[in-house]
Amino acid sequence: MIYRTVRDLPTEEYFAPGHGLCAGCPIGILAKIVLKVSGKDSIIVNATGCGEVSTTLYPSTAWRVPWIHLAFENAAATASGVRAAYDAMIKKGLLNKDANIIVFAGDGGTADIGLQALSGALERGDRFLYICYDNEAYMNTGIQRSGATPFGAWTTTTPLGAKLSGREIFKKDLIGIAIAHKVRYAATAVPSYPFDLANKIEKGLKVNGPAFIHVLIPCTTGWRFDPSFTIKIGKLAVQTGLWPLYEYENGVFRTTVPVPRRKPVIEYLKLQGRFKHLLNKPELITEIQKYADELAQRFGLGPIEQ
Amino acid sequence: MQKLKQIRQTLSGNYAVAYAVKQVDVDVISAYPITPQTTMVEKLSEYVATGELQAEFIPVESEHSALSVVTAAAATGARVFTSTSSQGLLLMHEILFITAALRLPVVMAVANRAVSAPINIWNDHSDAMDQRDTGWIQIFAESSQEAYDTMIQAYRIAEDLRVRLPVMVNFDGYILTHTYEPVDTLPDEHVKEFTPRVKPPFRLNPDEPVSIGTLAPPDYYYEVKYQEINAIENSLPVIEEVSKKYGDLSGRYYSNVEQTSVNDADIVLVSMGALSGTARHVVRELRQHNIKAGLIRLRLFRPFPIKSIIDLISDAKAVGIIDRAVSPGAVGGPVFMEIAAIMKLYGIDVPIVNFIAGLGGRDVTPSDIKYMFDELQLTAISGKPKRPVYYIGLRGWNP
Repeated sequence: MIYRTVRDLPTEEYFAPGHGLCAGCPIGILAKIVLKVSGKDSIIVNATGCGEVSTTLYPSTAWRVPWIHLAFENAAATASGVRAAYDAMIKKGLLNKDANIIVFAGDGGTADIGLQALSGALERGDRFLYICYDNEAYMNTGIQRSGATPFGAWTTTTPLGAKLSGREIFKKDLIGIAIAHKVRYAATAVPSYPFDLANKIEKGLKVNGPAFIHVLIPCTTGWRFDPSFTIKIGKLAVQTGLWPLYEYENGVFRTTVPVPRRKPVIEYLKLQGRFKHLLNKPELITEIQKYADELAQRFGLGPIEQ
Repeated sequence: MQKLKQIRQTLSGNYAVAYAVKQVDVDVISAYPITPQTTMVEKLSEYVATGELQAEFIPVESEHSALSVVTAAAATGARVFTSTSSQGLLLMHEILFITAALRLPVVMAVANRAVSAPINIWNDHSDAMDQRDTGWIQIFAESSQEAYDTMIQAYRIAEDLRVRLPVMVNFDGYILTHTYEPVDTLPDEHVKEFTPRVKPPFRLNPDEPVSIGTLAPPDYYYEVKYQEINAIENSLPVIEEVSKKYGDLSGRYYSNVEQTSVNDADIVLVSMGALSGTARHVVRELRQHNIKAGLIRLRLFRPFPIKSIIDLISDAKAVGIIDRAVSPGAVGGPVFMEIAAIMKLYGIDVPIVNFIAGLGGRDVTPSDIKYMFDELQLTAISGKPKRPVYYIGLRGWNP
C-alpha cells in the first residue's frame, strides 16, 4: 500500500478524541496516523512524557489499542519485553497471532535518559518500531533543554542573558546513532507531510528487526507560536532544509520529499518565540544557515531561492 | 500417601535455582550478569540454547532493562524470570515499585551481596533490605534445597489471583550460590502440575485492549496504592497455603518463621538466610549445657509475619536480632527496627538487642554467635540491654 491521499488511509480511528494534548500539538496527529496504518493488532509502548500524561489520565484513555507505560528511560526495554512475550507465547502455542509493537517516546526519553535502553534493543535487533516524537526539549516538565534542542534555541535551562543566547551546541544526531546500530530501517518524518509519514510507518512495521522513525513535533508551548501555525512550521522545517525528509533502508539513503528550492532558515526561525532573540544576532543565524546548507548538500536539496 | 520419587542431584545454589526455573517452564528470561548471580544465568542460557527450555532469553544491557523486559513480558501474559545481585538490584529499584504496583507476577532470584562503596562482591543482605518498601514479597532461603523449593513456590504465589504480586527469592551470595550440595528435585511433571498456568485478569491483548501504567491523579492514586498494600497483607495466608501444599508434595515443609528450641527458651536469636545454620548449631551446643537458647529464622520478610513472631518471642527473657545490613543514622538494622516496632505496638516487654554482623562477607563464626547468646544472658539477668546495637567482629569497635 502506498499512501498518496487522505482516501488511502483507513477510516478506523484507534486514537480517540478527548485527550489532553495542547491545542495545535501534532502528537495527536502522529498517533492517529500511526494507528491508522498499523491497525487494530497493535500494542503501544509509551515512555513518560507529553504524549503519555496527556492521553491516559486515569480513568480515561485515548488509546483504543493495548497500551503500556512503565517508566521514562525504559520504553525500548519495555517493547523488547512485549516482543519477547509474543515470540515465546506464539512458539509455545499460547497465542495464535502477532501484533505490531510500536514505541512512542519523546526526545528526552530517546536521546537522553532512554538512550541506553534504546541502544541495547537496537543492538539486539529486537523487532519493533520505535517512534521518537521530537519536540526538541523537555516539554512535559516545562521546556528544559534536551540533547535534541537545536542551536540557538531558548529553553528554561538555556535562558537568555549577557553570557548566553540560547543553546550553544547543535542537536544530537539521534537518527545517526540509530543507523550506527545497523537498524534495517530508519527515517525522518513530520506530521505536516502525513502521507510521507504514513508510508514510512508502513515500511518500518514490515522490517524484520528494529525500525526507527524520528518525527519532528513542533510544540506550540515550548517553541512559542500560535497553534494555527503547527503544520506550517513543520513544512518550513523541511523547506528550509533544517529537517530533510529521508529514509535509510538496507544501507542506502533516499530523500523522500524533494526540496528543489530551499527557503532561508530565517523563514522558519522568525515564526518561533524560542528563536526571537536571534533576530538581533545575524552571526548566529548564519551558523544555523550553514548547518542547513550542510544537510541540504548531504540529502540533495536544492539551492536557496533568491 | 505414596512417596514421590525425587531425583537427588549435586547442584550449586545457582544451578538449583536455574533448574527450578527450567522446570516451571518460563517463557521469557532477561538478565544482566553480576557476580555472584552469573552462573545461574549462564545455566539458563544453556538450557535455552540446547532447547531443554523453550523460552526467549533477552541479554539486556543493564539490570534496569532486565526488569523492564520481564515486567512488560508479564504484562503481555508471559511467565517470566530475572535475577540479579547487589548494585544490579539497586539499579532495578525504580522498576521494582512499578512491577508491584501494576500487580505483575514477576519472579526474581537475588544472590544477596553487599553494596558499594567500597566495592565488595561478598555476601550480606544490604541489597535486599533496600527493596523492602517496593511492594515485593521477599523470601529468604537458608539452603540451596530451600532456594530450589522456594522458586517453585514463588510462581504459584505470584500468579495466584488473590495475590498477583512479584516475588523475590533471596539466597546468600557465594555461601549458597556457589556451594555444591545434594538437592532433591521433583520430577518435571509434578512441578508442572504444581504450577499450572493461570489466566491473567488482564494483559496486552488487541482483542481486549487495556491501558496499563497510566497517569493517576490525586483522586485515584491513593486507592490504587491501597489495593497494593491490601494485596501484600492478604498474601500471607496464600504463602502459608502454598508452603503446605508444596510440603504435601515434596515432604519438605517450610513455615514463614522457622524455629529451633524456642518454646521454652529464655534467650532467643532472630536470624535470616544461611547464617541460621551456624546459629542453629550453636543453639544445640548451648542446650547440651542446659542453657535455654532458641533460634528464630525469618523466612518471610515481606509481608512481615508479625503474628508468628509475637507468638514466639513473647515468653523470652531477652531477644537478639541479627542484621546483615545497616540503616545509617537509624536506631539499628532494618530487621531490628521492624521487631522493635511490633513489640512496642503489641505491648511485649522483652529486652531486645541488635547484632550487626557479617557485613561485606565478614565471617560470622560459632564463637560470634556464642558471644551474642552470652550478651543475651546478661541482658536477661539485668532485664536491660547494655546498649541497643552491637557491631560483631568489627575491628576498632570497643564498647
